[in-house]
Amino acid sequence: MKIKIFPVFLFIIFFIIFVIFYKGLQNSNIYIPNINTEKNIPIFEAKTFIGNKKINSKDIFRSDKYYLMNIWSSWCVPCKEEHPFLINLSKQKNIEIIGLNYKDNNKNAKIFLNELSNPYNLIFLDNNGTIAIEWGAYGVPESFLIHKNKIIKKIIGPINKDSLLEIKELIQ
Amino acid sequence: MKLFRYLLVIFFLINFNLLNAQDEDLERKIIKNLRCLVCQGQSIYDSDSEFANSLKILVKKKLEDGKNEKQIYDYLKNKYGEWILYDPKFNKNTYFLWLLPILIFIIGGAIVFKIFIMRKN
Repeated sequence: MKIKIFPVFLFIIFFIIFVIFYKGLQNSNIYIPNINTEKNIPIFEAKTFIGNKKINSKDIFRSDKYYLMNIWSSWCVPCKEEHPFLINLSKQKNIEIIGLNYKDNNKNAKIFLNELSNPYNLIFLDNNGTIAIEWGAYGVPESFLIHKNKIIKKIIGPINKDSLLEIKELIQ
Repeated sequence: MKLFRYLLVIFFLINFNLLNAQDEDLERKIIKNLRCLVCQGQSIYDSDSEFANSLKILVKKKLEDGKNEKQIYDYLKNKYGEWILYDPKFNKNTYFLWLLPILIFIIGGAIVFKIFIMRKN
Protein backbone atom coordinates (compact mmCIF):
# COMPACT_ATOMS: atom_id res chain seq x y z
CA MET A 1 0.00 0.00 0.00
CA LYS A 2 1.35 3.37 -0.95
CA ILE A 3 1.37 5.83 1.95
CA LYS A 4 0.75 9.38 0.97
CA ILE A 5 3.61 11.30 2.51
CA PHE A 6 2.28 14.76 1.87
CA PRO A 7 -0.95 14.61 3.97
CA VAL A 8 0.91 12.87 6.79
CA PHE A 9 3.62 15.51 6.75
CA LEU A 10 1.01 18.25 6.71
CA PHE A 11 -0.84 16.68 9.62
CA ILE A 12 2.36 16.44 11.67
CA ILE A 13 3.29 20.06 11.01
CA PHE A 14 -0.15 21.36 11.99
CA PHE A 15 -0.21 19.08 15.01
CA ILE A 16 3.13 20.51 16.21
CA ILE A 17 1.88 24.07 15.70
CA PHE A 18 -1.35 23.22 17.53
CA VAL A 19 0.54 21.76 20.51
CA ILE A 20 2.81 24.82 20.75
CA PHE A 21 -0.09 27.26 20.67
CA TYR A 22 -2.15 25.14 23.06
CA LYS A 23 0.73 25.11 25.54
CA GLY A 24 1.12 28.86 25.02
CA LEU A 25 -2.49 29.36 26.12
CA GLN A 26 -1.60 28.17 29.59
CA ASN A 27 1.22 30.68 29.99
CA SER A 28 0.44 33.97 31.66
CA ASN A 29 0.25 36.78 29.15
CA ILE A 30 1.26 39.36 31.71
CA TYR A 31 4.93 40.05 31.41
CA ILE A 32 7.00 40.57 34.53
CA PRO A 33 10.62 41.63 34.12
CA ASN A 34 13.18 39.12 35.32
CA ILE A 35 13.58 39.55 39.07
CA ASN A 36 16.42 37.15 39.71
CA THR A 37 19.27 38.80 37.90
CA GLU A 38 21.92 40.52 39.95
CA LYS A 39 22.45 44.01 38.66
CA ASN A 40 24.57 46.92 39.71
CA ILE A 41 22.61 49.71 41.30
CA PRO A 42 22.07 52.73 39.09
CA ILE A 43 23.84 55.98 39.81
CA PHE A 44 21.51 58.93 40.05
CA GLU A 45 21.14 62.37 41.51
CA ALA A 46 18.02 63.37 43.38
CA LYS A 47 16.66 65.77 45.92
CA THR A 48 16.01 64.65 49.45
CA PHE A 49 12.49 64.64 50.86
CA ILE A 50 13.59 66.47 53.97
CA GLY A 51 15.71 69.53 53.32
CA ASN A 52 15.39 69.40 49.52
CA LYS A 53 19.16 68.89 49.15
CA LYS A 54 20.67 67.42 46.00
CA ILE A 55 22.42 64.13 46.75
CA ASN A 56 24.28 61.62 44.59
CA SER A 57 23.44 57.96 45.14
CA LYS A 58 27.16 57.14 45.30
CA ASP A 59 27.33 58.96 48.64
CA ILE A 60 24.52 56.87 50.12
CA PHE A 61 25.11 53.22 49.38
CA ARG A 62 28.12 51.78 51.19
CA SER A 63 29.29 48.35 50.19
CA ASP A 64 29.42 46.80 53.66
CA LYS A 65 25.77 47.33 54.50
CA TYR A 66 22.38 46.05 53.40
CA TYR A 67 19.90 48.53 52.01
CA LEU A 68 16.28 48.26 51.05
CA MET A 69 15.31 50.74 48.39
CA ASN A 70 11.54 51.12 48.59
CA ILE A 71 9.50 53.01 46.01
CA TRP A 72 6.37 54.41 47.63
CA SER A 73 3.74 57.06 47.35
CA SER A 74 0.98 58.40 49.57
CA TRP A 75 -1.66 57.83 46.86
CA CYS A 76 -0.75 54.16 46.52
CA VAL A 77 -3.02 51.87 48.56
CA PRO A 78 -0.72 48.79 48.55
CA CYS A 79 1.99 51.05 50.06
CA LYS A 80 -0.20 51.45 53.13
CA GLU A 81 -0.54 47.67 53.34
CA GLU A 82 3.21 47.11 53.28
CA HIS A 83 4.03 49.94 55.69
CA PRO A 84 3.80 47.85 58.90
CA PHE A 85 6.28 45.38 57.39
CA LEU A 86 8.69 48.21 56.62
CA ILE A 87 8.36 49.49 60.19
CA ASN A 88 9.13 45.98 61.39
CA LEU A 89 12.17 45.76 59.11
CA SER A 90 13.45 49.18 60.20
CA LYS A 91 14.03 47.72 63.69
CA GLN A 92 16.75 45.45 62.26
CA LYS A 93 20.21 46.87 62.89
CA ASN A 94 22.06 45.73 59.77
CA ILE A 95 19.75 47.25 57.18
CA GLU A 96 18.91 50.78 56.16
CA ILE A 97 15.67 51.57 54.38
CA ILE A 98 15.87 54.18 51.66
CA GLY A 99 12.62 55.54 50.29
CA LEU A 100 11.91 56.85 46.83
CA ASN A 101 8.85 59.04 46.94
CA TYR A 102 7.26 58.44 43.54
CA LYS A 103 5.24 61.23 41.86
CA ASP A 104 3.79 62.43 45.10
CA ASN A 105 2.47 65.60 46.64
CA ASN A 106 4.90 66.67 49.36
CA LYS A 107 2.16 67.61 51.79
CA ASN A 108 0.30 64.33 51.39
CA ALA A 109 3.52 62.36 51.74
CA LYS A 110 4.27 64.11 55.05
CA ILE A 111 0.76 63.36 56.35
CA PHE A 112 1.23 59.72 55.29
CA LEU A 113 4.46 59.42 57.27
CA ASN A 114 3.06 61.27 60.30
CA GLU A 115 0.09 58.96 60.43
CA LEU A 116 1.86 55.65 59.83
CA SER A 117 5.34 56.63 61.16
CA ASN A 118 8.54 56.80 59.21
CA PRO A 119 10.61 53.65 58.60
CA TYR A 120 13.03 55.34 56.21
CA ASN A 121 16.58 56.41 57.01
CA LEU A 122 16.51 58.67 53.97
CA ILE A 123 13.94 59.58 51.35
CA PHE A 124 14.60 60.72 47.80
CA LEU A 125 12.15 62.56 45.62
CA ASP A 126 11.17 61.31 42.20
CA ASN A 127 8.71 63.85 40.91
CA ASN A 128 8.59 62.73 37.29
CA GLY A 129 9.17 58.99 37.75
CA THR A 130 12.45 58.84 35.83
CA ILE A 131 14.54 57.64 38.78
CA ALA A 132 12.17 54.68 39.23
CA ILE A 133 12.88 53.79 35.59
CA GLU A 134 16.63 53.95 36.28
CA TRP A 135 15.93 51.23 38.85
CA GLY A 136 13.94 49.19 36.36
CA ALA A 137 10.68 49.66 38.25
CA TYR A 138 7.35 50.14 36.58
CA GLY A 139 4.97 50.81 39.41
CA VAL A 140 4.54 51.39 43.11
CA PRO A 141 5.36 49.80 45.44
CA GLU A 142 8.56 48.07 44.45
CA SER A 143 11.55 47.22 46.62
CA PHE A 144 15.16 46.36 45.96
CA LEU A 145 17.44 44.65 48.44
CA ILE A 146 20.98 45.92 47.94
CA HIS A 147 24.30 44.54 49.10
CA LYS A 148 27.79 45.44 47.89
CA ASN A 149 26.25 47.91 45.41
CA LYS A 150 24.29 45.13 43.73
CA ILE A 151 20.57 44.44 43.67
CA ILE A 152 20.30 41.01 45.24
CA LYS A 153 16.53 40.82 45.39
CA LYS A 154 13.69 42.65 43.72
CA ILE A 155 10.16 42.65 45.09
CA ILE A 156 7.41 43.78 42.73
CA GLY A 157 4.31 44.82 44.64
CA PRO A 158 3.86 45.24 48.38
CA ILE A 159 6.12 43.53 50.89
CA ASN A 160 4.22 40.86 52.77
CA LYS A 161 4.91 38.40 55.59
CA ASP A 162 6.76 35.98 53.33
CA SER A 163 8.95 38.53 51.60
CA LEU A 164 9.77 40.14 54.97
CA LEU A 165 10.92 36.77 56.28
CA GLU A 166 12.96 36.21 53.14
CA ILE A 167 14.65 39.60 53.50
CA LYS A 168 15.43 38.92 57.14
CA GLU A 169 16.98 35.57 56.24
CA LEU A 170 19.06 37.14 53.46
CA ILE A 171 20.52 39.85 55.70
CA GLN A 172 21.45 37.50 58.54
CA MET B 1 1.41 54.30 -21.44
CA LYS B 2 -0.22 51.97 -18.92
CA LEU B 3 3.18 51.11 -17.47
CA PHE B 4 3.96 54.80 -17.13
CA ARG B 5 0.76 55.34 -15.19
CA TYR B 6 1.59 52.47 -12.83
CA LEU B 7 5.06 53.86 -12.28
CA LEU B 8 3.60 57.26 -11.51
CA VAL B 9 1.27 55.78 -8.87
CA ILE B 10 4.15 53.84 -7.27
CA PHE B 11 6.29 56.99 -7.31
CA PHE B 12 3.61 58.98 -5.48
CA LEU B 13 3.01 56.21 -2.96
CA ILE B 14 6.70 56.03 -2.11
CA ASN B 15 6.93 59.80 -1.75
CA PHE B 16 3.83 59.86 0.43
CA ASN B 17 5.44 57.33 2.79
CA LEU B 18 8.64 59.33 2.93
CA LEU B 19 6.66 62.43 3.79
CA ASN B 20 5.05 60.60 6.70
CA ALA B 21 8.39 59.27 7.91
CA GLN B 22 9.86 62.73 7.89
CA ASP B 23 6.94 64.12 9.88
CA GLU B 24 7.48 61.65 12.66
CA ASP B 25 10.38 62.79 14.70
CA LEU B 26 12.74 60.36 16.33
CA GLU B 27 11.22 60.73 19.77
CA ARG B 28 7.81 59.66 18.57
CA LYS B 29 9.29 56.80 16.62
CA ILE B 30 11.06 55.50 19.72
CA ILE B 31 8.09 55.72 22.08
CA LYS B 32 5.88 54.03 19.49
CA ASN B 33 8.27 51.08 19.51
CA LEU B 34 8.19 50.72 23.30
CA ARG B 35 5.63 48.58 25.06
CA CYS B 36 3.89 49.83 28.17
CA LEU B 37 4.44 47.30 30.96
CA VAL B 38 1.49 48.52 33.02
CA CYS B 39 -1.26 48.45 30.39
CA GLN B 40 0.25 45.61 28.40
CA GLY B 41 -0.61 45.61 24.73
CA GLN B 42 -0.42 49.37 24.37
CA SER B 43 2.63 51.28 23.29
CA ILE B 44 4.17 53.99 25.45
CA TYR B 45 2.96 56.46 22.82
CA ASP B 46 -0.68 55.34 23.21
CA SER B 47 -0.66 54.84 26.94
CA ASP B 48 -1.34 57.47 29.57
CA SER B 49 -0.26 55.43 32.58
CA GLU B 50 2.20 56.85 35.13
CA PHE B 51 4.89 54.51 33.83
CA ALA B 52 4.32 55.55 30.20
CA ASN B 53 4.40 59.24 31.04
CA SER B 54 7.67 58.83 32.95
CA LEU B 55 9.18 56.86 30.10
CA LYS B 56 8.22 59.58 27.62
CA ILE B 57 10.07 62.12 29.77
CA LEU B 58 13.06 59.79 30.06
CA VAL B 59 13.30 59.19 26.28
CA LYS B 60 13.18 62.94 25.70
CA LYS B 61 15.91 63.46 28.30
CA LYS B 62 18.12 60.76 26.81
CA LEU B 63 17.77 62.29 23.32
CA GLU B 64 18.67 65.69 24.72
CA ASP B 65 21.73 64.07 26.32
CA GLY B 66 22.79 63.02 22.83
CA LYS B 67 21.92 59.33 23.02
CA ASN B 68 20.87 57.69 19.77
CA GLU B 69 17.96 55.35 19.10
CA LYS B 70 19.94 52.14 19.56
CA GLN B 71 21.51 53.33 22.81
CA ILE B 72 18.06 54.11 24.25
CA TYR B 73 16.71 50.70 23.23
CA ASP B 74 19.74 48.96 24.72
CA TYR B 75 19.38 50.94 27.92
CA LEU B 76 15.72 49.98 28.33
CA LYS B 77 16.35 46.38 27.27
CA ASN B 78 18.91 46.14 30.03
CA LYS B 79 16.36 47.43 32.57
CA TYR B 80 13.21 45.62 31.49
CA GLY B 81 14.23 42.90 29.05
CA GLU B 82 13.61 42.36 25.35
CA TRP B 83 9.84 42.47 25.88
CA ILE B 84 9.77 46.25 26.18
CA LEU B 85 10.58 46.51 22.47
CA TYR B 86 7.85 46.01 19.88
CA ASP B 87 10.50 44.95 17.41
CA PRO B 88 12.12 41.92 19.02
CA LYS B 89 15.52 40.87 17.73
CA PHE B 90 16.26 37.42 16.33
CA ASN B 91 17.55 35.21 19.14
CA LYS B 92 16.92 31.82 20.71
CA ASN B 93 13.70 32.98 22.35
CA THR B 94 12.24 34.64 19.30
CA TYR B 95 13.34 32.40 16.41
CA PHE B 96 9.96 30.63 16.37
CA LEU B 97 8.19 33.96 16.22
CA TRP B 98 10.26 35.01 13.22
CA LEU B 99 10.28 31.68 11.42
CA LEU B 100 6.63 30.72 11.86
CA PRO B 101 5.24 33.07 9.16
CA ILE B 102 7.86 31.81 6.71
CA LEU B 103 7.03 28.21 7.66
CA ILE B 104 3.31 28.79 7.18
CA PHE B 105 4.01 30.53 3.89
CA ILE B 106 6.05 27.56 2.65
CA ILE B 107 3.41 25.04 3.75
CA GLY B 108 0.64 27.11 2.20
CA GLY B 109 2.67 27.45 -0.98
CA ALA B 110 3.24 23.72 -1.06
CA ILE B 111 -0.51 23.04 -0.69
CA VAL B 112 -1.36 25.47 -3.47
CA PHE B 113 1.37 24.00 -5.67
CA LYS B 114 0.17 20.47 -5.00
CA ILE B 115 -3.45 21.33 -5.84
CA PHE B 116 -2.29 23.13 -8.96
CA ILE B 117 -0.30 20.09 -10.13
CA MET B 118 -3.19 17.76 -9.32
CA ARG B 119 -5.65 19.87 -11.31
CA LYS B 120 -3.27 20.03 -14.25
CA ASN B 121 -2.98 16.26 -14.32
